Amino acid sequence: MDFLNAIVALANYVLVPGIAYGSQLALGALGVTLVYGILRFSNFAHGDTMALGAMSAVLITWGFQFLGLHLWVLPTALLALPFAIIVTIGLLLGTDRMVYKFYREKKAKPVIFVIVSLGVTFIYNGITRFIIGSDDQNFLDGERFIISARTFKRMTGLEEGLAIKTTQGLTVITAIIVVAVLFWFLNKTRSGKSMRAYSDNEDLALLSGINPERVVMITWIIVACLATTAGVLYGLDKSFKPFTYFQLLLPVFASAIVGGLGNPVGAIAGGFVIAFSEVTITYAWKKVLGYMMPESLAPDGLVQLLSTDYKFAVSFVILLIVLLFKPTGLFKGQSV
Amino acid sequence: MNETLRNTGLFAVITALIIYTGFAQSWNAALLIISMGLISSIMALGVNIQWGFAGLFNVGIMGFVALGGLAAVLIGMPPTEGAWSAGGWGIVSALLLGAGTIIVTVQVMRRMAKGWLRTAVVLALLVGGFFLFRAILDPSVAAVESINPAGTGYLGGLGLPVIIAWPVGGLFAAGAAWIIGKTALGLRSDYLAIATLGIAEIIIAILKNEDWLSRGVKNVIGIPRPVPYEIDLQNDPGFVARATDFGLTSVEASTLWVKFLYIVLFAAVLLILLWLSQRALNSPWGRMLRAIRDNEVAAEAMGKDVTARHLQVFILGSAICGIAGAMMTTLDSQLTPGSYQPLRFTFLIWVMVIVGGSGNNFGAVLGGFLMWYLWVMVEPMGMWLMNVITYGMADGYWLKDHLIESAAHMLLMTMGAVLLLVLRFSPRGLIPEK
Repeated sequence: MDFLNAIVALANYVLVPGIAYGSQLALGALGVTLVYGILRFSNFAHGDTMALGAMSAVLITWGFQFLGLHLWVLPTALLALPFAIIVTIGLLLGTDRMVYKFYREKKAKPVIFVIVSLGVTFIYNGITRFIIGSDDQNFLDGERFIISARTFKRMTGLEEGLAIKTTQGLTVITAIIVVAVLFWFLNKTRSGKSMRAYSDNEDLALLSGINPERVVMITWIIVACLATTAGVLYGLDKSFKPFTYFQLLLPVFASAIVGGLGNPVGAIAGGFVIAFSEVTITYAWKKVLGYMMPESLAPDGLVQLLSTDYKFAVSFVILLIVLLFKPTGLFKGQSV
Repeated sequence: MNETLRNTGLFAVITALIIYTGFAQSWNAALLIISMGLISSIMALGVNIQWGFAGLFNVGIMGFVALGGLAAVLIGMPPTEGAWSAGGWGIVSALLLGAGTIIVTVQVMRRMAKGWLRTAVVLALLVGGFFLFRAILDPSVAAVESINPAGTGYLGGLGLPVIIAWPVGGLFAAGAAWIIGKTALGLRSDYLAIATLGIAEIIIAILKNEDWLSRGVKNVIGIPRPVPYEIDLQNDPGFVARATDFGLTSVEASTLWVKFLYIVLFAAVLLILLWLSQRALNSPWGRMLRAIRDNEVAAEAMGKDVTARHLQVFILGSAICGIAGAMMTTLDSQLTPGSYQPLRFTFLIWVMVIVGGSGNNFGAVLGGFLMWYLWVMVEPMGMWLMNVITYGMADGYWLKDHLIESAAHMLLMTMGAVLLLVLRFSPRGLIPEK
């Protein structure tokens, strides 16, 4: 019984949040990795693209709620997501036309692109805060839990409860759908194949008649979908606050680099590696160990390796280790 | 118009702006702008050495500045009574043990042959070392933090003159830069950017959470000053007499005099660093750096050690940012970890360098003053703009309230827009590199 309790506690505090957070990071890292593969720079504005996308979703959700539109037990934000994606697509294509295109035509060094993207970051951040302010915004409605801790305890008679939030379930399902569609697109369609060709060898792709501007446009559209979805899911799961998205940049980059920049499979794997390291290292293991060990050996302290304030340090240390030992990432990324 | 005249003109413009502020607002405000402008210029000088000389992109300036601030606390503040005997030595030995574990692990990695045995030994060392580290650290930290938590609750400093903290702040920043540079340099340029972004976040997290070190978000206040206190000057009859000669009240005269002394100190540091940077820029070393920046492959083919030079210049630039950070904390005489924001301490400095002219030390100094002036002025201007826009709206109308509230966020957009516009239309900045 104790063993079962330990597993349930582990699932409740580590597995379920880890999977949900990992899916969010994976979606974010996919966006970063695609920009890196096609446009060949690390996009610092990605975190704030997620924030802007999520903000449009929040505003549209409020509009729908005002009109009385609901999705039964699901959050209304899901209904708003497609519209928010359209807004973000417009924003990213506009930014590309006004900002990045100039440097692309000049064939500027990657580091110039990075600086420019930092400028874009602050403009996006300014827009977000200008429109919605810098406070926490709640836009979650519908049923809160798939299984609440109390129901689970009643069903199983265990001491420990397992709660799965609707947002966690949604995150995982949405992430699976988005990733499946993305991979189908990259591997099966003509546009997707031209994107991969362009990413592999630009000159060769140009020679075989691939239109680079079209590839870039498709990339931004996909990145907008990924960033908005990731931003909305993160906002639903935790809460929407403009500043948190800038801080999300570090774990997202770490995921993309751990997996290998430019490699979509790697981005997904990296997202889960970072998420699970963060959750396991900042989780207080007292409860689980208390069930697993005989009473006399049960630990006194919280058995928390690092306080949650240092969760960014976890992704950073993993990043450093990967840079030191395998700079191309776990899955072979593009270049060092 | 020749170049010298143009550059002098640019500096004259910023001087005129500051003098105008002195007449229009107050001389206290003007002097404060000058002292912060001097500090900003030093930070910009540090970043210019990294970016302008060597083309390294550092997104973690905030972290290095904060480390300098920590140095001001650790050097300037008096030691907390009883803290060292309660847990101070425990903390120090725990930190030494932690460092020792890492060194031993690195040696094991180097010496042992690759294989499962090495992996096992390394893991055992790291896990064992970590738990031992925590076992010694945690009780000591608790002991230190329990000493009068409302007033101290931290180790305190060494009680030395705070000026010593300035070079020490540089050393702290140099240490952090060494760790980052060692791992991220020699790889793609983006990796350095991401690694510096990370170290900055972590340094701020440490300052916010390690109460035994920096009192965390409870802030350290009242760091001793290198200049006299206003209140002492006001009680000094000689000073009061001289102030009345100038037709100033003793309060006015004392605040102005203190700010003036700070400016003299800061200007001295800036001039020394500027002189050194100019010498470096025009030395063979500086030429080599620019050669590396302009064509890494060619420089490497000529036998230059690109990664080692990058590491050198990265450490030097970060150290200068650390010095400036210590100076800033000295000026504020408090360390408030919550106030370090990437916009203010990383992005603004970047805008200074780009606007002033990357690769030119005088450009960095000009950019430092100019952007600091703008930074101080944008918020009131945004407020004014919003008041004009909402002039016709009724009081209490939601749009009016919202617009006035969001005037504060104008800074973000303005700085972003300034950077993008300058990069696009005048990428060489106000005083271009020669």
